[in-house]
Amino acid sequence: MQTADFDVHLLYQSLVEANSADGAVVTFVGRVREFNQGQQIADMFLEHYPGMTEKALHELAQQAQKQFTINRVSIVHRVGHLRLSDQIVFVGVTSAHRQDAFAACMWLMDELKSRAPFWKKESTTQGTRWVSG
Amino acid sequence: MFKVLFFGQLADMLDCRNLSMPASSAANVYDLLDILRERDPKWSKALNTEQLMMAVNHTLVTPEHPIVDGDEVAIFPPVTGG
Repeated sequence: MQTADFDVHLLYQSLVEANSADGAVVTFVGRVREFNQGQQIADMFLEHYPGMTEKALHELAQQAQKQFTINRVSIVHRVGHLRLSDQIVFVGVTSAHRQDAFAACMWLMDELKSRAPFWKKESTTQGTRWVSG
Repeated sequence: MFKVLFFGQLADMLDCRNLSMPASSAANVYDLLDILRERDPKWSKALNTEQLMMAVNHTLVTPEHPIVDGDEVAIFPPVTGG
């Protein structure tokens, strides 16, 4: 959890450093996109629930490691004010084979979007609005 | 006593982000929502929806989850991270 931007290359490095067992690395980056629900987005504010957010992401990583044949998991999520095209979230998974890495990465993002306590408030050309879940 | 926290659009609608309540006031989250809805029409309207999520001590729960002294209860709209 952080307000600052993240460096995808550094996060990738930490997934593969001293890791010769895993032949697959799948990473996902979510960004602030220009249009949402038909309106032009200027910027957004990401609220979260301090304490629960960290716990929820930690539990998701642990569950993914139980459910899939994967090794390392890295999740970074930004909060606070974000602008158009900014990076919001990073999920990285390593595995011996690509199928498990792809499946785990997709599962983590789906679960994060339905269970981790974040709320987006978008500023559009027609004012601010909370994004409905 | 236990704490109640609100987030996102719900906190804006209620114009309230947290409050404290006596431990004896609600046995579970379902009871708590009923009590909060009775505060006034604004609270009744904002909390009268199926579209609420709730957590006790940082874990997502269903409305039947009991509340005990010292708990931190959070009520919020569906999450929108990622």
